[in-house]
Amino acid sequence: MTTFILRRVLLFVPTLWAIATLTFFMVRLAPGGPFLAERDIPAAARAQLAHTYGLDQPLTAQYTRFLANAVRLDFGPSYKFPARQVREIIAEAFPVSLELGVWALLLALLVGVPIGVIAAVRQNTAADTAAMGLALAGVSIPNYVLGPTLVLGLSLSLFLFPPALWQGPESRVLPVLTLATTYVAYIARLTRAGMLEVLRQDFVRTARAKGLAERAVVMKHALKLGVLPVVSYLGPASAGVIMGSLVVEKIFAVPGLGRHLVNAAFNRDYTLVTGIVLFYAGFLMTFNLLVDIAYTRLDPRIELS
Amino acid sequence: MSVAALGRVAVAPAAEHGASLWSDAWRRLGRNRAAVTAGVFLAVMAALTVAAPWLPGLADPTLQDLRLGAVPPSPQHWFGTDELGRDLLSRVVYGGRISMLVGLVGTLVSLVIGVTWGAVAGYAGGRVDDFMMRVVDILYALPYIFLVILLLVLFSKTLIMLFVALGLVQWLTMARIVRGQVLSLKTQTFVEAARALGAPDAAIVFRHIVPNTLGPVIVYTTLTVPAVILQEAFLSFLGLGVQPPAASWGTLVSNGSQVIALFPWLVIFPGIALSLTLLCFNFLGDGLRDALDPQDRRDVA
Repeated sequence: MTTFILRRVLLFVPTLWAIATLTFFMVRLAPGGPFLAERDIPAAARAQLAHTYGLDQPLTAQYTRFLANAVRLDFGPSYKFPARQVREIIAEAFPVSLELGVWALLLALLVGVPIGVIAAVRQNTAADTAAMGLALAGVSIPNYVLGPTLVLGLSLSLFLFPPALWQGPESRVLPVLTLATTYVAYIARLTRAGMLEVLRQDFVRTARAKGLAERAVVMKHALKLGVLPVVSYLGPASAGVIMGSLVVEKIFAVPGLGRHLVNAAFNRDYTLVTGIVLFYAGFLMTFNLLVDIAYTRLDPRIELS
Repeated sequence: MSVAALGRVAVAPAAEHGASLWSDAWRRLGRNRAAVTAGVFLAVMAALTVAAPWLPGLADPTLQDLRLGAVPPSPQHWFGTDELGRDLLSRVVYGGRISMLVGLVGTLVSLVIGVTWGAVAGYAGGRVDDFMMRVVDILYALPYIFLVILLLVLFSKTLIMLFVALGLVQWLTMARIVRGQVLSLKTQTFVEAARALGAPDAAIVFRHIVPNTLGPVIVYTTLTVPAVILQEAFLSFLGLGVQPPAASWGTLVSNGSQVIALFPWLVIFPGIALSLTLLCFNFLGDGLRDALDPQDRRDVA
């Protein structure tokens, strides 16, 4: 177990290095620069700017300095907002995105898994068909369609929830719902498939044969294995939630990291973009590792190599 | 892969078993009403979008009528018009052209990369396989879409770049699927026979093994198209995808969502078109999987 974790952590280093290198050179190779304003600035001022940010040094020097700083999570000041450090912006905006994402994933699990279990237990009944039809619809309606629709229906027509911003508990409802729906649907489908697979197995027949109540068979014996596909889906799901947060934060004007990323991309705010991308890469890899550990805890058949 | 290769595979097993996998699959697909309906809907949608420039009565999607402005659906404008008085029905149909095109080309890019990568890794085995699959594992863990965003923002937001970027995101699963298939296929006797006849490795992989992975590849391709359409719409929604005056469904939804309180139809119609298309692709993909995947047969029976 320890060697498994150690190995995975060791894999972090080359992966993060690869991403860092890729982003660094992509940014430097791109046409146009961060100080390319609509109005031309004097050559002297431009040179001063380049000097301040170290852009006048040779590429290799810039690269080594970038890597050395990145290790310390120091990405320098934002190009667009020089008074602010990238680190500060991330520290300020990430908790918002994290809250949004955690709520969305929790909702997806708490609603998706029970729906999937019910559908599997009542396979080929009307309940199953209805649940899976809904799930397929949920997978097919993208969040950028669902979000505006929810705003239109629940906030602009029925006035139940505020249509935007991130103030107070009511304001959380629509963004979380928008972000979670796809995953509720997907997790329901995964749970159903996983449960159907498990319910066919011999140990379930044994459990039934020894007279266990159906409820106990499903909840105690089958569910443990049946949700494994869902656990391994949590990694991709969290990547998807981060991606979805870009959209949701834009629709609902949530002051999270996703909005900063999109704006920074438009502003060619190189330091901020690189910082956020690297931060999310590290975050996702850590999360994936935790998911893998949880997975092996849940499924004793898996041997770590 | 050529159409001829497809035909060869479809015919070859028939001689041995009486009812080929393909005719059997076709029959099973035909019995799946949801999948057939979805297929028909997609065919109609595809025909409509392809034929858009020659459709009688369909307005020019860029024709503005500023005096008209945004009006709700009416007999003249079935889907209403946008703020510039452009006919929304026409914009949705033309938007579908772009969305479908991006979906198909992006899928094609991912298909080529994924099948090649998976087939080579599976066939080569050993260290090459280890390395290639480790690369896939690493890429899986990445917030890959961020690199796509970076690519689009830094270089150019052209359609070609969009095809490439979206194809680059989608090939990972395809590579895994193909590799798994190849691993089991490469030990079979027809591969040995081909090798005994002196066929070079490349020919064995691409002429003999890859055509036999077609079933799962077709299924996954059907599921990749909606995924790519979804990604394109996602990027367009953020303003990073298709650039004006061209508009995909994502662009339409994005523009509409900014004025949703005033002109809700500007989100509703493109949103329905997008969601219905995605839903149909998913139904069709599910149907194809049920029809083509022998492992799942007990569920259908």
